[in-house]
Order: sequence, then structure tokens, then C-alpha cells
Amino acid sequence: MDGEKRSPELVQNNFKRTMRFIIDELKPKGKILTLFNASAALIIVTAIILLTIRFTKGLGSITNLSQEYPWGIWIGFDVITGVAFAGGAYIVTFMVYILGQKKYHPIVRVTVLNGFLAYLFYAGALLLDLGKPWNVINPIIGNSFGLSSVMFLVAWHFLLYMIMEFIEFFPAVAEWLGWKKVRKVVGIMTLGAVILGFTLSSLHQAGLGALFLMAKSKLHPLWYSEFIPILFFVSSIFAGLSMVIFEGSISHKVFKDKLTPELRANYDNIVVGLSKICAGTMYVYLFLKILGIFHGRLIPALATNWGIWYLVEVLGFVLVPCLLFTFGAKQRNITTVRIASILTLIGIVLNRLNVSVIAFKWFAPVKYVPSWMEIEVTLAVIMAEILVFRWVINRMPVLSPPPKWAEKKENPKEEMSDLKMEELVEWKASTM
Amino acid sequence: MERRSFLKALGAMGGASLLGSSLRAGTAVAGTEMMGILVDTTRCAGCRACEEICGEVNSLPEIDYDDAVLDKHRTTSITQYSVINRYETEKGEVFVKTQCMNCVQPACASACLTKAMKKTEEGPVTWDEKKCMGCRFCMVSCPFDMPKFEYNSPVPRIQKCNMCWDRLQEGELPACVENCPNEALMFGTRRELLDEAKRRIYQNPNDYVHHIYGEHEVGGTGYMYLSAVPFDQIGFRTDVGNEALPEMTRGFLYNVPVIETMLPLLLLGVHNATKRNADKESEA
Repeated sequence: MDGEKRSPELVQNNFKRTMRFIIDELKPKGKILTLFNASAALIIVTAIILLTIRFTKGLGSITNLSQEYPWGIWIGFDVITGVAFAGGAYIVTFMVYILGQKKYHPIVRVTVLNGFLAYLFYAGALLLDLGKPWNVINPIIGNSFGLSSVMFLVAWHFLLYMIMEFIEFFPAVAEWLGWKKVRKVVGIMTLGAVILGFTLSSLHQAGLGALFLMAKSKLHPLWYSEFIPILFFVSSIFAGLSMVIFEGSISHKVFKDKLTPELRANYDNIVVGLSKICAGTMYVYLFLKILGIFHGRLIPALATNWGIWYLVEVLGFVLVPCLLFTFGAKQRNITTVRIASILTLIGIVLNRLNVSVIAFKWFAPVKYVPSWMEIEVTLAVIMAEILVFRWVINRMPVLSPPPKWAEKKENPKEEMSDLKMEELVEWKASTM
Repeated sequence: MERRSFLKALGAMGGASLLGSSLRAGTAVAGTEMMGILVDTTRCAGCRACEEICGEVNSLPEIDYDDAVLDKHRTTSITQYSVINRYETEKGEVFVKTQCMNCVQPACASACLTKAMKKTEEGPVTWDEKKCMGCRFCMVSCPFDMPKFEYNSPVPRIQKCNMCWDRLQEGELPACVENCPNEALMFGTRRELLDEAKRRIYQNPNDYVHHIYGEHEVGGTGYMYLSAVPFDQIGFRTDVGNEALPEMTRGFLYNVPVIETMLPLLLLGVHNATKRNADKESEA
């Protein structure tokens, strides 16, 4: 290519170069025809067909929702459970940037990425469930602020928190694109994003619970509690961290050639540390649950079928993993911790579905059971998220170390040489 | 069909004037007091004239005139804002009209994040098609399951009784009230209706249970009911409590701005404190 003509238009040149780079990166890396890719494609294509039907014929065409059960698994699982699973990001950033626990630094990026994508896809799945998704902008642009609505609060906090997570993750994007100045600017913004992100996140995790405060006469007393916002908040901590442990155990196998030496060396320490926090918050959660039972005089209710179901959730999937976390951390047994994290995740699914679907309208003669199509679409949302996650991990410095120029500079001399480096790159690019 | 027209005729002969079914017709919009409707189930003969006229004025499909529909318990639907149910009780057959209760402090309106569901000052709870995004949080929050959603439409609406808000603005009575041949329905301000309800109970203490459903339930409702038998025998939820449902979220919502402004400061403080410690350690 002719470089001479371009060199005066460096800005345009840069833009073109970036675009070309991005287009190049969009192409898949590695084998395309794998079993995983094929099944992911099948699931996603099926979901697209189903969603076309849904948007032309209405929600009733593919869901089993009814006048008695206005919310099914698209809300109860995708949104309410998905957001709890995304709770790891605000806890880990809190520990690293606020409490200064550098130990967890190697997992910040992957956790934030996970959180951001979870919000993007699972909260995004809300749009599939809305009757008139094009009106979703109404409470945002301000022609109709429903200030007394918990949903209004949750919607705004979702939106703002996603922006904060994007800022938290943007350094990785800037490093990938080689945007040094942008990298510096967003690096400075990180602390602010973490502080606001933690505030927004804790409030909307609680807010998801507060959605059910008005449904007092519809939710089974064992699950209804005035503490429900606090219960949702506390459980989002161990839900999120269990997701970090669980997701780590998978991505460390799948992306094992990408891991930084820092992460490899500290991984067991990190997992043990996380499991201690899980155990601690689970004790708090269990205490609040027991308090709720006595406070609400619900001991007789425990002897019913609903009571047994409640005990399965609280004992089997909170107390048991809580003890496993405790002993796993003490004996530094990573396998025990992983099992605990899986049990915890199941427990969160049970809890969120119990509140939003199963114990909701518990007295109704006809219960809601999701259609296979609702489950299919949910699977597609998860698959899409995994594909994007994999795409990002394979390209951006998330698990892998950042480029040399982005590493922390201890002395100003290095910075000088760094600038020269920048000029060098520019020069090289202009001759391309 | 015949029975209904008979009952209508009977009602008219009995001197049921339209004025009699309303204490203050035509003042709904101008008035500052909240309007409501009193349903006296002891007077309802189950003629379903209210169902018929409701469908008519709201441009809904014609109702099924066969009274066999009364054999099954029915709920309101996207095509029927008002239905009559029949209950076998200790005092014989009782007919109960059900529809949106148009609560004094409606959970649905407080739940709505776009203000599509709105409590008007005059009393009716209305829904605005342009604002609604279809999240169905109103349905989750309503203790009576009254907002109904059009699941089989790509542009779904919420359907429910709004006390004939359009007619009220024209100075007319709600259609069901106007067309009730037995004066089982009465329109007026909530205060006046409660007075009237208490008068009936006081004057006929043996004909009524001494409770007005909707006086206190969920903080008070626009539609209120009188009955000869305990309300749980005629399909009412007696476990909804007397607290207005929006009150239950108030504590949470009030805490939000406090946390939102205080917590970031606290976090910044903690950050600075831990950072200073870390610096000291690295110096040492």
C-alpha cells in the first residue's frame, strides 16, 4: 500500500487501522466445526425462530405464562437468578480496589467481564419478556418516571451499573486495541466506577428482592419476609463468588494456555479466600433465615409439604455448602470448595425460582410449568453469552497478561521509553 | 335471557330510579373526593346485566348469555372486565360481581415504572397504552389478580375495569351502576358510600355481616361490598391485610437515596484508609 499519501491524515489512518484490526479480530480463531459450536449454533438458530414467532404472535405463542403467573423462567431464572450470579464482580472489585486485597487482583478482569456479560445477556433477556419492549426507554428518557416503583429503581440501577462495569472492563479493551491514552484515562476512572458500581449493585440486588414486597398475599409465608431485600443482597454475595469459583474451574481447563503466571501461582489461595467469604456470608444468611422463621412464627409451616421443600433449599443447598466451604477452606481442599460452589449455585436457582415462580401463588390450582420453548430460549441466551465470553478471552488480556506497555510503571524513565515506543508504532503503522 | 329481562323489568317496576343508584352522579370529575362503588350482594339477583353492558361500553366481545356459565367459578379476563359468580352459602345462593377493585392506594400503580397504571384523583385506576412497556409487575403486585394481559397479541394491552373513566368524565355513571335493575350497585364518594353501607347494616343488623369489604382491606378499595354471609364464603380473600401495599416498599425506597449518597463516601474513606496502611507497610 502507498503510505506517503496517508501520512498527513493520521487520525483517519488510525481509525481505518483500528477498524481493520477489529474486523480481523471478528473472525473466529481455532476450529469452527466442533461439537460445542455446532450445538450452540443449533440452539441459537432455534431460539431465533421461536423469538420470531413470539414477536409476531405475542408471548402466549411460545410461553406458558398466564394471568395468574405473569412471570415465568425468563424473569425468574434469566433475570433474577442471572443477576445474582453476576454478583461476583461488585464483591471482587470491592475487595481489590476498596479493601486493597491485592491477592484477588488476577481474577478482577475475568470476574468483571463475566458480570458485564451476565448483565448484558440476562438483563437483556428482559427485553424478550416485555410485552412492548420498544417502550423500555419510557422510564429512562423521562416522559414518565414511575418514582414510587421498585422496578423503576431496579431498571435505572441495572443501566448505570452496566456502564460502571463497562468502564471497569474498558482497560482490557484499550489494551487490546492498543489505545494507550484511552487506557490511561479509563485506568484513572476505575476507582470511581468501583465505588459507584458497588453502591448501585448492592441496591439493585436488594431491589430484586424488594420487587416481591407487595406480593405479600401471593408469596408463601416461608419465602415472604420483610427482610427479602437484605436476603437477596446477602445471597448475591455468595452466589456471585460461587459463580467465580465455578466459572474459574471451567475456564482454567478450557483456557489453560492463556493464564498469567500470577494467576497460576495464586489460584489456590484465591479460591480458599473466596470460600471463606462465601462461608461467612452464608452464616449471616442462615441466621437471617432462622430469625425470619421465629419472627414470623413459621415453625408449624415447616411441617407442611412446603416446609419440607423450604428445608431442602435452606439446609441442603445453603447449610451443606456452607459447611463444605468452611471445611474446604480450612483443609485447602479445592475439590470440596468446587462442590460447595455448585451446590450453592443450585441453591440460588432454587431460592430465586421459589420466590418468583414456585412458591408464588402457591395456592393456585393450576401451576405454571415452563414450556420447552421457554427453556430453549433461556439456553440460547446462556450459549450466546458463553460464545461472546470465549471470543473476548481469546483476544483481550483478561486471563492472559496485559501487553508490556500497559504494565505498571515504577519509574518515570520507563515512561519515557514508552512514549518513544508509541511513536515507533505510529510510524510503523503509517507505512503500512 | 328471559330471566334477565324479567329481572330488569322487575327492577324498573320496583321504582329503581337511576338517581337512586347514585348519590352524587356527575360530580366525579369536579369533586375532590375519591369516588367508589358499593356492591350490595344481598340485592344482586345474578341477572348479569352489568356484564352485558360492561362489554358493550368497552367494545368487548358479546358475553355468553347462557346462565350455565355460572356453574363454574369465573375470573375476569381480557374480554370481560366484570363477571358475576354464584356461591352456595348457608343463606342460599349469593351472586357476587367481581372486577378491578380500583384500590385507594393501588399496588399496581405504585409498581408501574412508567406511570402507565395510574390512580386518578377521582378514584378510578386507569391504564395508558402509550406508556406501558408490558413488564407485568402490576399483575405480580395486585392482590386480586385484576390486571389482565393480552398474551396473544404482538402489541399487548392490560385490560381491566376502570370504573368507566371515560363515562365519568362525561358526567355519566359507570355503565354497570346505571344498568343494575336491582340497585345492587351504588356510585358515590367513598365517604358517602361507607355511610350508606353502615346505615344498611345498622338498620338491618340481621341481614348483613357487620363488615364492609374494602373499607380497610389493602388500605381501602374503590369497590366496596356488603354481604349476608362471611366474605370468605363468597370468594373473597380475607387474608390480604389492612395495610396499603405501597407502604411495604416505602421503607426500602426511602433508604435508597440515603445509601446512594452515604455509601460512596464511606467506600472512598475505606479505600483511602487501606491505601495509607499499604503505603506505610511498604515504607517499613
